[in-house]
Amino acid sequence: MFYGVDLSSRLLLGTARYPSPAVLERAIKASRAEVVTVSLRREGGTGRAGQSFWQFIQSLGLRVLPNTAGCHSVKEAVTTAHMARELFDTPWIKLEVIGDADTLQPDVFGLVEAARILARDGFEVFPYTTEDLVVADRLVEAGCRVLMPWGAPIGSARGLNNVYGLKSLRAHFPDIPLVVDAGLGVPSHAAAAMELGYDAVLLNTAVAEAGDPVEMARAFALAVEAGRAAYLAQPLEPRDMAQPSTPVIGKAVLGGV
Amino acid sequence: MRIFLNDDAHDVDAATLATVLDSLGFGGRKIATAVNGRFVAAAARPATQLADGDRIEVVAPMQGG
Repeated sequence: MFYGVDLSSRLLLGTARYPSPAVLERAIKASRAEVVTVSLRREGGTGRAGQSFWQFIQSLGLRVLPNTAGCHSVKEAVTTAHMARELFDTPWIKLEVIGDADTLQPDVFGLVEAARILARDGFEVFPYTTEDLVVADRLVEAGCRVLMPWGAPIGSARGLNNVYGLKSLRAHFPDIPLVVDAGLGVPSHAAAAMELGYDAVLLNTAVAEAGDPVEMARAFALAVEAGRAAYLAQPLEPRDMAQPSTPVIGKAVLGGV
Repeated sequence: MRIFLNDDAHDVDAATLATVLDSLGFGGRKIATAVNGRFVAAAARPATQLADGDRIEVVAPMQGG
């Protein structure tokens, strides 16, 4: 499904902001995710946080998708991607080039440029983008074989802000794996994305900051499965007029005014 | 000479990235490095000569979304 890698789970889970590593581990299991996102940060000569997190990640035996979170320029994102590739030993990179500090909206111009550079360098790029069709076209031209449009701003829990735009994107790219990344708050948002025919969802805060992250992870897993099954079952389009579900032919004639 | 590692100034004698990292306690650690904003692969650290004022970034795995 992603760059030649088949996965059975359609939920990708972030690893940040959990109350403890134990809760994170149980939430990952409950979500049934096979891909977890990770990042990199500065570490001093005496710091051990990164080393113990690395051991934890290895113990999971899952595929990792490192991100370039917090990068605001092409150069920063490209250098970060190279560091991530060496550190996590994977060509996969969730490419984020942030353009606006309040909404964390992607800088789509920088994103396309960075994607082109990284694809040429042999990376398998998962670009965090908007639902803009022309930007998506440019990303595919640049070598991206997965697109990850936002549902809503990162961590906002608002769900799918532009269902029409996400639907158009799906229709324009029937053969490119599409992942709704960011902005989901509750499982029904994830189900809605899957019902549109999206291939997967990527979430973090909605699970990590829920009152019970493990139970929320399980709820999201169920919603993703339900939404996918519904998509495959070809849902009805909404209609303006009522249509009786009970057949009227053969109904008894009992008078009345 | 004076180099900056993650913005902290260090006065070091060592001349290569690998020896500086060793002397500052990073030996054998799971880290990635950049010098003056450019990625330096682990294999290239022993041959990477440092100069006064160089800015080294050292990063490690971390939780992310």
